[in-house]
Amino acid sequence: MSKKISIDPITRLEGHGKIEIFLDDDGGVENAYLQVPELKGFEQFSIDRPVEEMPRITPRICGVCPMAHHMASTKAADAVYNVKPTETAEKIRRLVYNAYILEDHLLHFFFLGGPDFVVTPSAPPGERNILGVVAKVGKEIGLEVIKTRRQIREIVTHLFGRIIHPVGGLPGGVSKPLTEEKRQEFLQKCKDAVGFAMEAINIFNKIVLDNDEYVKLVTGDIYKHNTYYMGLVDDKNRVNFYDGKVRVVDPEGNEITKFSGLDYLDVVSEHVEPWSYMKFPYLKDIGWKGFTDGKESGVMRVAPLARLNVSDSMPTDKAQQEFERMYDVLGKKPAHNTLAFHWARLIEALYAAEKMVELLEDETITSDDIRNIPTDTPEEGVGIVEAARGTLIHHYQTDKKGIITAANLLVATVFNSAAMSLSIEKAAKKLITKGKLDDGLLNMVEMAFRAYDPCLACATHSLPGNTPLIINIHQNKDIIKTIRRD
Amino acid sequence: MAKPKVGFYWCASCGGCEEAIVDLHEDLLVVAEKIDIVFWPCAMDFKYQDVRDMSENEIDITFINGAIRTEEQEEMANLLREKSKILISFGACSQIGGIPGLANFHDRDSIFQSSYGSTCPSVDNPDFIVPQTKTDVPEGELTLPAFHNTVKSTDQVVEVDYYLPGCSPAPYLTLNAINTLLAGKRPEKGTVLAPVKALCDTCDRKDSKPDKIMLKDIKRVSEVELDPEECLLAQGIICMGPITRSGCTQGGEGRCIKANMPCRGCYGPIPEVQDVGASMISAIASIIGIEGEENMSDEHVEKIMDTVVDPAGTFYRFSLATSYLRRKLNDYAKDNN
Ligand code: SF4
Ligand code: SF4
Repeated sequence: MSKKISIDPITRLEGHGKIEIFLDDDGGVENAYLQVPELKGFEQFSIDRPVEEMPRITPRICGVCPMAHHMASTKAADAVYNVKPTETAEKIRRLVYNAYILEDHLLHFFFLGGPDFVVTPSAPPGERNILGVVAKVGKEIGLEVIKTRRQIREIVTHLFGRIIHPVGGLPGGVSKPLTEEKRQEFLQKCKDAVGFAMEAINIFNKIVLDNDEYVKLVTGDIYKHNTYYMGLVDDKNRVNFYDGKVRVVDPEGNEITKFSGLDYLDVVSEHVEPWSYMKFPYLKDIGWKGFTDGKESGVMRVAPLARLNVSDSMPTDKAQQEFERMYDVLGKKPAHNTLAFHWARLIEALYAAEKMVELLEDETITSDDIRNIPTDTPEEGVGIVEAARGTLIHHYQTDKKGIITAANLLVATVFNSAAMSLSIEKAAKKLITKGKLDDGLLNMVEMAFRAYDPCLACATHSLPGNTPLIINIHQNKDIIKTIRRD
Repeated sequence: MAKPKVGFYWCASCGGCEEAIVDLHEDLLVVAEKIDIVFWPCAMDFKYQDVRDMSENEIDITFINGAIRTEEQEEMANLLREKSKILISFGACSQIGGIPGLANFHDRDSIFQSSYGSTCPSVDNPDFIVPQTKTDVPEGELTLPAFHNTVKSTDQVVEVDYYLPGCSPAPYLTLNAINTLLAGKRPEKGTVLAPVKALCDTCDRKDSKPDKIMLKDIKRVSEVELDPEECLLAQGIICMGPITRSGCTQGGEGRCIKANMPCRGCYGPIPEVQDVGASMISAIASIIGIEGEENMSDEHVEKIMDTVVDPAGTFYRFSLATSYLRRKLNDYAKDNN
């Protein structure tokens, strides 16, 4: 008979990701569920707010990636008023946006999800924190990460007022120009950041690629899913975080569609399950076929690896070299290896740093021409960006005064919700047999989930990477083991 | 001597307050050496049971961020109160309800409709399936906590010793607070650990802030190009500076003002203010007049307010959960139940 081990009453789950694993009679895994137990209701209380205030309200969906919501919201407000930002404003937006991607990716790799690699996959969770990583990579590199993040975050604070919940985006522009003096100062900092992003890749290569165990883990079958991928690309099908068209490719890498704006409604639908507050988006044409992967299933993936998978190349030189190296090792594009999200994240960080240098080398970025005042009657608009964690869509409808009458938000982590469930189930099935459970194995199950850098803040309120999590193991209607990381 | 035990906990929040602590950057390592962090959900492993097993007042300082939205959060706030010598309400959501408090304008059904129902254009859910507290799946039963739509501040639930305001609190204020408390200093209970001056009094633009200004109407930020040096109110833009506590930057213009955007009041009210929205309305009424009308009557105030779009969502942007307005909504609900 199975014994019931419960570390905490399962009623206490607020703000936690929750994984329920059901074992069959032989102790194999029958099924696994990822549940998100919280909802905030932003769509509803956006109603009656003036559309230009939305970029100041929606960042509170997530304090980890507030810039993503701020920018999606600003672009949606552009669209509502049918106004384009001035050239300079667009450059400034791209600058702060790439700054956000860079510092967020560094945060994840060094402090949050990356510790699975930086420390080791089986390290006790207690070591997976900022201090643990500093202990592992050495205080010098630790300080270098902290310094680089601080300097990059200061660029955002200077231009957009605040790093946590920025305020600089307005329909048709930005609120503050960049001075020549600051341009030069930031340029130097971004050049340093390129160097540091290269260093981060070297650390990854040294720790992961030089270690056969890790390479096996990354390329092996436990962490692999054949799915569709989705991400923004520019007009040359290269990665772009700020703007472009959303490209979707099938599991073989063939483009199946490219869309922008309101057309998102023709491409994606959301499925609702009664057991989670998080919805499950899927490709409308393929349809919701349940929690399964492959070409027949509408399940898609977004975020770093997905973005690289939908792109033909990277827009900058150094990032392009790393892009080629990654696909050489993984052997195939699209790459379906979930753990390669970590790798793709670093390549993107390098691209973001290079892109910032490029933007700052352009002296015209200091022009004062930063606003186009809207003149059209506001109506409806969609803003799409790539958040660090994937495609993010804000869709607003307004009355003739630009007061919101309806809002729809499709957030990055939610796009990955079905895939995350799949990844957890597969890893659980592969790793847990004959009821054999230990914390190390369960940590490896959790890694399947952490690779996505799931920002449940967007659905709940937890920092990615160290998402508070409960894993319940059920057998014969009993919970036989509960693991929680609060 | 043993290092002081410090804990961080979050309720209904966005994670920004945690980031605000990580934003101590290099100072975080220095602070971490002086204290013993006993729990910090986002960054390290701990179990609720460990907290429950602690004796009364075992933790020296606990920081709680986020609003209170569920019974579990309420319980946790009570537990932490019992175990902590000093309880600090950290950030706007904890202090005054914050942006999540705007949900208090709505009820559960309308929130479910806009998330899962036909008013959400991307959802394919003809049977209007909504999350349930209990669901039978083939393998067993799955449970979810109930969704509550009333948001409370921390001090509506437990006694709070100090407040650190802001959405999110400026890292230098957090550092000052920690250093003050580590040095054994104990400000008066209930103190907000931030400057008492109003944002206007520290603003670089204050010289251009008018005693009285005549306008036809109030402008929206999207409609006008803003002068980067003139007081925003003088430009006809609603700025919450007159009644908002300063401190979001160290001794200067507000963070948003520096980016040439108006203040929305995330640092909460200055001490003399009881109700943020009501005070802001009278502050504006005392400054702004209508062109051609010399004396302000209630009727005049109303006329000006009519030109403000979304006054409730602007004046109570961060404080709805703790406002008189909220209490009115509560009374209304009571009367109608
Ligand atoms: S109203 Fe705003 S801009 Fe004017 S002085 Fe006060 S804080 Fe500064
Ligand atoms: S200017 Fe106002 S809204 Fe902006 S950070 Fe300061 S207190 Fe908050």
